[in-house]
Amino acid sequence: MVLVLVEHADGKAIDPSLQTLTAARSFGEAVHGLLIGSSVDLSAHGVAVAHVAQHASLDSFAPDAWAAIIVQLADRLKARAIFAAGTDRGNEVMARVAARMQLPLATNCTAVATGSPVTLTRQRWGGSLLEESALHSPRPLVTVAPHTVAIALYPAATTVEEFTPQLTEQELAVKVLERVSNKGGGVSLAEAKVVVSGGRGVGSKEGFAIIEDLASLLGGAVGCSRVVTSAGWRPHSDQVGQTGTKVSPELYIACGISGATQHMAGCRGAKRILAINADAEAPIMQNADYAVVGDLKEIVPAISAELRKSRAVHAPLPGPLPEGERG
Amino acid sequence: MVLAADSMSLETRHLGFTISPHEECGVEEAVRLIEASGGESVVLTLGPIEAAEQLRDAMAIGIDRAIHLQTDGGEWDPESTAAAIVDAVGAEESASGPFDLIFFGNESADAGGFQVGLRVARGLGRPAVTGVKKVTVEGTSVRCEQEVDGGRDVYVVPMPAVVTVKEGLNLPRYPSVPGRMRAGRKPVAVSAPARTQARLELERLVVPAGQGRRAELLGSGPSAAPAVVEMMRRIGVA
Ligand SMILES: Cc1cc2nc3c(=O)[nH]c(=O)nc-3n(C[C@H](O)[C@H](O)[C@H](O)COP(=O)(O)OP(=O)(O)OC[C@H]3O[C@@H](n4cnc5c(N)ncnc54)[C@H](O)[C@@H]3O)c2cc1C
Ligand SMILES: Nc1ncnc2c1ncn2[C@@H]1O[C@H](COP(=O)(O)O)[C@@H](O)[C@H]1O
Repeated sequence: MVLVLVEHADGKAIDPSLQTLTAARSFGEAVHGLLIGSSVDLSAHGVAVAHVAQHASLDSFAPDAWAAIIVQLADRLKARAIFAAGTDRGNEVMARVAARMQLPLATNCTAVATGSPVTLTRQRWGGSLLEESALHSPRPLVTVAPHTVAIALYPAATTVEEFTPQLTEQELAVKVLERVSNKGGGVSLAEAKVVVSGGRGVGSKEGFAIIEDLASLLGGAVGCSRVVTSAGWRPHSDQVGQTGTKVSPELYIACGISGATQHMAGCRGAKRILAINADAEAPIMQNADYAVVGDLKEIVPAISAELRKSRAVHAPLPGPLPEGERG
Repeated sequence: MVLAADSMSLETRHLGFTISPHEECGVEEAVRLIEASGGESVVLTLGPIEAAEQLRDAMAIGIDRAIHLQTDGGEWDPESTAAAIVDAVGAEESASGPFDLIFFGNESADAGGFQVGLRVARGLGRPAVTGVKKVTVEGTSVRCEQEVDGGRDVYVVPMPAVVTVKEGLNLPRYPSVPGRMRAGRKPVAVSAPARTQARLELERLVVPAGQGRRAELLGSGPSAAPAVVEMMRRIGVA
């Protein structure tokens, strides 16, 4: 059997974990799920046994404790391989498992084939490059890159078993003590339906006023390139890319951004990309769906004006909709 | 991305090497901590002869000295890398006492293994916190803030500790000319560790297939605005 760490939130398994359950089935063995803290229904995802680990000290995330739980359960079940999603948490916990078991770990895999050795494809450079590798290990440890494997439903009769781990003080020494919530409203960059992003071409901190205006008209969030954060024009929390936030909006508007691979690593998940660039040959043009060539300082305000104008025409008569509601 | 002829590495002839963003923030944080509280900072890399330049860059912004674990240029797997770093840190510490903090990048920009820092922490028997965007030393402990969806998770662990960091931790400074001159005189300890057989064995690099996007030109200059808004209405975002 193979053991899969299943992360869950709000009573549901997260999508990257469901994708991982699909990937784990390619080993052709029974799949067991490990849930930490509480149980969620996994019967649509081919899970033979869902192990629910519970412990008084697991009220908040403790990565060494999670690793200890995985090792204890995998040993007890004689798991042939262990999988987790390539999320921040999945990668962290599996690296700790690998360090404990003194075994190799392949992170962010997009394909895995059973065999000896296991052959796999994994992401480098935030997904801009792929690597084909052989994993020589008595117990392959694998994380699956989020959103690279489609969830395939596979109904199964899942039995649920409780698991009580033995945890030492040392394993609980690294533990989340408090969660500080992001204050301020605003649309979260990672979840925005529209992201209006500015690069070096915006020219200055003040230049972002037209980017902000368009973003707020569209009910979206402002993003930017690394050149912009390095110049101090915007905070790093606005940066899109390999070392910034990964976004997946309906529309990503890249204004004065050349389209470096490390930037595209953050917006590859966008449904559509509109590039506004003075250079018709900029690399972003090969990665965009729509393009406008010219000076963003003229084009962006013209789009905002056009939106206002068309809303004045299309807007419903004054009624129950609050001002600024999207049409 | 352009591959070398054997598909085992990137064609780097036209690329410069730099310290990657996460690690650059780690270097900057070390310099700031030492400026604030005194002590010594050391930078370490495992890499080919050319990597000496990045060690100089780190010393140019204020790191005191460097350790260069020299390789013949081939890529090392994460297990071998971590083992060599554990050995080097161990040797260093038996001579001059433990490092209170060891910073790593959360993940390397190229291989993206997400593991070397955690393997080293385990090898040295130290607590480790990952993905850190704020570090505060509080007496003999370190408070770490890790960015998560919707906020930040706070950890406090005793030192000595390992902290893996992400870009955004700070805004790294640029080296000054006097800083560069001083860096030229700072010591670099060079050694060549032995490499063990990789168990995660790279066979070939592949450039992913393009997404088949070909931008549809909506126009040039501000007169394109109506076509843009029309597109936005069509896809339901305006
Ligand atoms: C390890 C690593 C990680 C990285 N991570 C990230 C990351 O997370 N995010 C990121 O963004 N970058 C990242 N980078 C940096 C990346 O490689 C590029 O340097 C960066 O994305 C370039 O930013 P830019 O497009 O704004 O600037 P440039 O590449 O300088 O492009 C500016 C563009 O603006 C256009 N322009 C100029 N003036 C105007 C105007 N008036 N109107 C219209 N267009 C105009 C130009 O034609 C050009 O195409 C990373 C690099 C490395 C090595
Ligand atoms: N060759 C190396 N030399 C020094 N540090 C390294 C090396 N490889 C990885 N690291 C450190 O380990 C971190 C994680 O690397 P990785 O596990 O490859 O994602 C990097 O951000 C670096 O801080």
